[in-house]
Amino acid sequence: MLLTEADVKNMKLTIKIAATLCITVLTLGSSFADTQKLVLTGSSTVAPLALEIGKRFEQRNPGIRVDVQSGGSTRGVNDARTGLADIGMASRALKPTESDLTSYRIAMDGIGIILHQDNPVQTLSDDQIREIYTGKISNWQAVGGEDRKITVVNKAEGRSTLELFLHHFQLNNPEIRAHVVIGDNQQGIKTVAGSVGAIGYVSIGTAEYEQTHGTPIRLLAMDGVAATVDIVRAGRFPLLRPLNLVIKGAPNALALRFITFAQSQAVDDLVTTQYFVPLAR
Amino acid sequence: MIWSRHNTSSPLRADATLARVTGSLAMAVAVLLGLVILLLIRESWGMLVDGGWVRFFDSEGWYPQRGQFDLLPMLWATLAASLGALLIALPLGMMSAVFSRFYAPGWMVSSLRRVMMLLAGIPSVVYGLWGLTVLVPLIAQWEPPGASLLAAILILALMVLPTVALTSEAALAAVSPASLQGAAALGLSRKGIVLGVALPEARAGIMTGALLAALRALGETMAVLMVAGNVVQTPGSVFDSVRVLTANIALEMPYAIGDHRAALFATGLMLMLIVTLLSWLAGRREELAHV
Repeated sequence: MLLTEADVKNMKLTIKIAATLCITVLTLGSSFADTQKLVLTGSSTVAPLALEIGKRFEQRNPGIRVDVQSGGSTRGVNDARTGLADIGMASRALKPTESDLTSYRIAMDGIGIILHQDNPVQTLSDDQIREIYTGKISNWQAVGGEDRKITVVNKAEGRSTLELFLHHFQLNNPEIRAHVVIGDNQQGIKTVAGSVGAIGYVSIGTAEYEQTHGTPIRLLAMDGVAATVDIVRAGRFPLLRPLNLVIKGAPNALALRFITFAQSQAVDDLVTTQYFVPLAR
Repeated sequence: MIWSRHNTSSPLRADATLARVTGSLAMAVAVLLGLVILLLIRESWGMLVDGGWVRFFDSEGWYPQRGQFDLLPMLWATLAASLGALLIALPLGMMSAVFSRFYAPGWMVSSLRRVMMLLAGIPSVVYGLWGLTVLVPLIAQWEPPGASLLAAILILALMVLPTVALTSEAALAAVSPASLQGAAALGLSRKGIVLGVALPEARAGIMTGALLAALRALGETMAVLMVAGNVVQTPGSVFDSVRVLTANIALEMPYAIGDHRAALFATGLMLMLIVTLLSWLAGRREELAHV
């Protein structure tokens, strides 16, 4: 069969299209390879917020990818130190042994005591909470409630909420007589919601959200201060913790840009929708 | 059986190739298992050498950040939860197998089996969620805190029930028709056939199924983590909150560093030892049954 001129033209066109496609795919591929990546690891409290901030940061800075993994404040500090992550996330202030790192505050969070909705106890003093957690008080009657056994809900070792709680009430973990040990905030809220005699402590933001959405729990006032997001915003709650980004040494240009963005007013709405409290400026 | 398992001396080259391929794949699985055990030993080595392993048995409780690493309460809790679950699931599973093998009408047999398979396929986290929101509050009304060894036993029993029921049914199905027909010809009642002939002949298979169920109960993590309460203590009653070995790893691994992390790998090693011992027992039973 002989090829006509039109056939040859057609064939040339096909080759041209194929070549263009190939080049496009190759350029796209290489532009993906050029993408800058920022890795954040650490606190499971900070992670959802960092994820939202990261999404907005990606939108405003094409070609940058923000990778967020949770695993606890201790991991965040460790990964920042060993370079496994560009930025660590910690839901607590740095300890004296961690002075080789620099922390940048991005929001505040309060920790509140929660009871079941049907528990009539309205307030507990620090001493009463200490005695409940050490097992000296084991019935709600002793603190003005019904005749009902107290179920003490504690956090597992290594969580920053546990450390903050112990530090505030000046307790050692072996002193605590827990009946249930939980991992994250959600498990704590479900446990208290399922048991009228239970007492636990969780992030106020998460608890307030659950409370307003029908979960039968109630946040308790501490030292006469109501546990609400608004009070935490005013910085007046006794049990507060900072949410920090931590890095080792001088931050690289990209990490610095992210931190500046995370501290700016541009993310205040994200902080609020995560039930944390934006920085006072 | 007419054909022999050892009849692989075929002169065909295709056979030789297939033997090599399947053989090396089987070896790869064995090597992988070995590597997993080696990793567990390597990661926990720092805690095991120089008599360090003693700490897992004579510490004052489990407070990793204070250098206390007592694993015994969790070992007892693990064994108690698995054994309790088996004690409930074994009779129930056997009865369900006997029913569908000897009493159920034809249409019911297949739907019963389908329900059992569905039960086996439910993800463990769903069992856990159900346990946390329904079972635990129920037990708490009776005896607080609700999250307890009892909750763990009940959830595990539900989870291993299909394993017991399906393997028991298979074992009963393998009872030779000649024995059953012989028993019927002798005028035995159906009850007599079940108790006197079928169950004794299927015993080895049922026991193997029970061991498999025990293995599943030992390894279960998520559901138990959600309902058992996770307080490290030797259970004094079924209402006590307990922590099992698997839950210990899942609960603390994301936050563990240094000795704490090594101790969690040692937890995994201990679990591996129990599981290996049990599967060895299961293997021996099977060999004995075939002699």
